[in-house]
Amino acid sequence: MAKLPASHLDRTFAALVDPTRRAILARLAMEESVSIGELARPFTIKLPAVMKHLDVLGAAGLISRSKKARTVAVRLAPEPMAEAMDWLRRYERFWSASLDRLAAYAAAQEAKAGGEHSP
Amino acid sequence: MTSLTLVRRIAARPSIVFDALTTPDGIACWWGPDDGPVLLAETDIRVGGRFRVRFRMLDGTEHESSGQYIEIDKPTRLVISWRWTQGGEPEEAGEESRVEIDLRPIDAGTELTFTHSRLRTEASRASHEHGWNGALDKLARHFTSDRT
Repeated sequence: MAKLPASHLDRTFAALVDPTRRAILARLAMEESVSIGELARPFTIKLPAVMKHLDVLGAAGLISRSKKARTVAVRLAPEPMAEAMDWLRRYERFWSASLDRLAAYAAAQEAKAGGEHSP
Repeated sequence: MTSLTLVRRIAARPSIVFDALTTPDGIACWWGPDDGPVLLAETDIRVGGRFRVRFRMLDGTEHESSGQYIEIDKPTRLVISWRWTQGGEPEEAGEESRVEIDLRPIDAGTELTFTHSRLRTEASRASHEHGWNGALDKLARHFTSDRT
């Protein structure tokens, strides 16, 4: 079974806790490549604060930055996000399918238990 | 979604649903996400008693989880601790989460509310403090379209 170190997921989730960082990611999800200045524009916080958020996202592997001439282009690196989503969804799949089966089984047991208790 | 809540309406009275949830015979009939067999089911229905369930999926992988009964209020409520003990979610290894099941009688039978919480400290914190599911979904879509 493919192991994903816990610290890896923790970093992803920790990065996602902050609303500014989520806003940055949401924007990058829609635009392929955005300069740092352009990313910072919608926010009231100052550029250095935006840079700090980008550092957190970068450390979590959620974005990549590349320097071209005098601008830094930021892109989404979606793999860690997909891993986190996948981890969360495994639980949902497991329980959702199991509970469907439980419902079918209990209904059959109820039918077996007899018509005298018909609702 | 790290605190997972699911609701099912079941055409059976709560006591029958409760037995299906807590007896080895019942568990053997539904536990697991596909038609693969339950290989082992042990329950010790008392507060502090343990359960252990092992199942094989159709892809051949085997998974086992175990935990303790924390609250038993037959036939309306069940709270258990939960951990994968083998082949389960590797990131969750050694960490205990919590499953709460409430059974409410309704005309058609039972409304079952299932909550799996405390899945991860960080993740739970994130989901409780902020609703980031929307952002996640957007990103998941982005990832999906990236691949196609």
